[in-house]
Amino acid sequence: MSDEQLLDVKNLRTSFLTSGGVVSAVRGISFSVGHGEFIGIVGESGCGKSVTMLSIMRLLAGNASVKADSLFFDGRDLLKLSSKEIRKIHGSDIGMIFQDPMTSLDPLYTIGDQIMEPLKIHKKMTRREARRKAAEMLDMVGISSPGQRLDQYPHEFSGGMRQRAMIAIAMCCDPKLLIADEPTTALDVTIQAQILELMMEMKKKFSTATALITHDLGVIASSCSRVVVMYGGLIMEIGLSEDIFYRPLHPYTNGLLNSITRAGGKERGKLIPIPGSPPDLMNPPVGCPFTARCEYAMRICAEARPSSTYVSENHSAACWLLHAKASGMRSGIARHGR
Amino acid sequence: MGDNGEFLLKAENLNMFFEIGAASLFSKEKRLLKAVNDVSFSIGRGETFGLVGESGCGKTTVGRTIAKLYRATGGRIIFDGSDITKMTDKEFFPYRRRIQMIFQDPYTSLDPRQPVSEIIGTPLSVHGLVSNRAERDERIKELIHMVGLKEDHINRYPHEFSGGQRQRIGIARALALMPEFIVCDEPISALDVSIQAQIINILSEFQERFKLTYLFISHDLSMVRHISHRVGVMYLGNLVETAEVNELFGNMIHPYTQSLMSSVLIADPAAAKRQSRIILEGDVPSPLNPPSGCHFRTRCRCASDICSCVTPELTDVGSGHMVACHNAD
Repeated sequence: MSDEQLLDVKNLRTSFLTSGGVVSAVRGISFSVGHGEFIGIVGESGCGKSVTMLSIMRLLAGNASVKADSLFFDGRDLLKLSSKEIRKIHGSDIGMIFQDPMTSLDPLYTIGDQIMEPLKIHKKMTRREARRKAAEMLDMVGISSPGQRLDQYPHEFSGGMRQRAMIAIAMCCDPKLLIADEPTTALDVTIQAQILELMMEMKKKFSTATALITHDLGVIASSCSRVVVMYGGLIMEIGLSEDIFYRPLHPYTNGLLNSITRAGGKERGKLIPIPGSPPDLMNPPVGCPFTARCEYAMRICAEARPSSTYVSENHSAACWLLHAKASGMRSGIARHGR
Repeated sequence: MGDNGEFLLKAENLNMFFEIGAASLFSKEKRLLKAVNDVSFSIGRGETFGLVGESGCGKTTVGRTIAKLYRATGGRIIFDGSDITKMTDKEFFPYRRRIQMIFQDPYTSLDPRQPVSEIIGTPLSVHGLVSNRAERDERIKELIHMVGLKEDHINRYPHEFSGGQRQRIGIARALALMPEFIVCDEPISALDVSIQAQIINILSEFQERFKLTYLFISHDLSMVRHISHRVGVMYLGNLVETAEVNELFGNMIHPYTQSLMSSVLIADPAAAKRQSRIILEGDVPSPLNPPSGCHFRTRCRCASDICSCVTPELTDVGSGHMVACHNAD
């Protein structure tokens, strides 16, 4: 498996030591990203989606402990690399785009300096070469008069343009994997569409694998081919975009879909919210984390954590309802699925 | 719906200009930021009027001006037949009870040093809606149940609650005074998807139960479509289009509305593939120095010469559908 996949994560566990106790943010998740694939990771705040990616990048603070059975990127075990070797991967093989372009760019350096930095470090370019490449990148992400823009500072850029500049930085060394953590959340709808369009164009042009972290199902539906649904530090369901949106298996996925309005669909009908709120990861539930909010919860759900069950090659969910003995209970969900 | 005499609130040529510092150290001239420029609309009793637009378009300022958190610099606000625009605080006091507000950020709009009982109870005492302690406690209990919280939450402080629960407290505070009109300023944008639906459902339920009228401000177009009866679209301080919700979503006329709606990301992969986007070029111009004529002309596909010299007026194109565009005939 790890030969074909670009990123292969097995049983990743991340916890943080805080003054209040140990918070288990990610509690054993496994997934993979293929070459050139556009994968979406969706979940609510605190479900562990960002921590997952930061763990893979080894970008977490000192109070974090990251464990995994294996963590392979492009054939190399990330857990065995020294921090020096990891830094060689950052910005070259793995590019990253963060949520807030206002805070993720350094206000004291010009946009040009910030795009040129990885080029000079990773590609060993001279200043002149790097500058030419940086201007090319700015042009490619749709910023006009790039030559002039290179010498400007982040505060002279609007939100959308800053995010474009971030994409230019992330893409300038031809990464194999681009991790985008809520890249459009801080932006307005019209700008959101622009940035998403740009990311898809980049993916096509460079066939970079992209992992997009978001809480917005609209963003997922418009861009991703495969989707990972996370909740309470665990993966609830993985499937192709069509599987997730049209044939959800997990009650949580189903609940998420029911609680949003779909433009073009029914209007003014009552939304069906998920009752309650997400679990406290300081004392995570023993069984399935969704048990307390799940209308189909059985006794076993609170007692043991379900393992992933595959219903087709690409579609799996961690839910006791998929167990052979629960076949009688399953029909309820099918009715709710749209 | 709101065009006949039945309206509860009407804004006529509302202006809200902010004076901000001079452009440079060596200039005297103060600059004017026209956050809301000549905006007119009316909201019928029991109706939800959705106000949409990108950040900086002035939608929040409209809400705050209407709720009299700002003093309008021009135009009139008529509430239930009386002009509240120029009222002094004392004259406005009885109206304060009738016009309430729910804020965007449940983390900053509740006083961290007050327990829930104070947050909800203070307006009750200030407006003399309860005569004694017991009555007040009874009413607080009632309100807290109404928004789906428990009795033992009453003596807790805001930091002990999650975002969704805090927004419920904010709603309970607004409802405490039994208002007729509530300005909901992005009430769900700080919340998680599964919690958003809970709050939207509470708002709809109370609207039916208490015949409430809402001004619902949001940038989430699909939520606005879900909850509103009529919708107004704003761009750079101007109202560019307003219509009944199905009319607006079915027959958008203003080029800005069209591109705004086309950039909504539909949570349905097949529909998303079919969707054709009108991607706007560039960014919103600075409101300090807006383009002449129609403010949207610099990003508009159909801009012609007239757009740069004449500011289009909001005109009725049929059955209350109002558009401010020179090409809207």
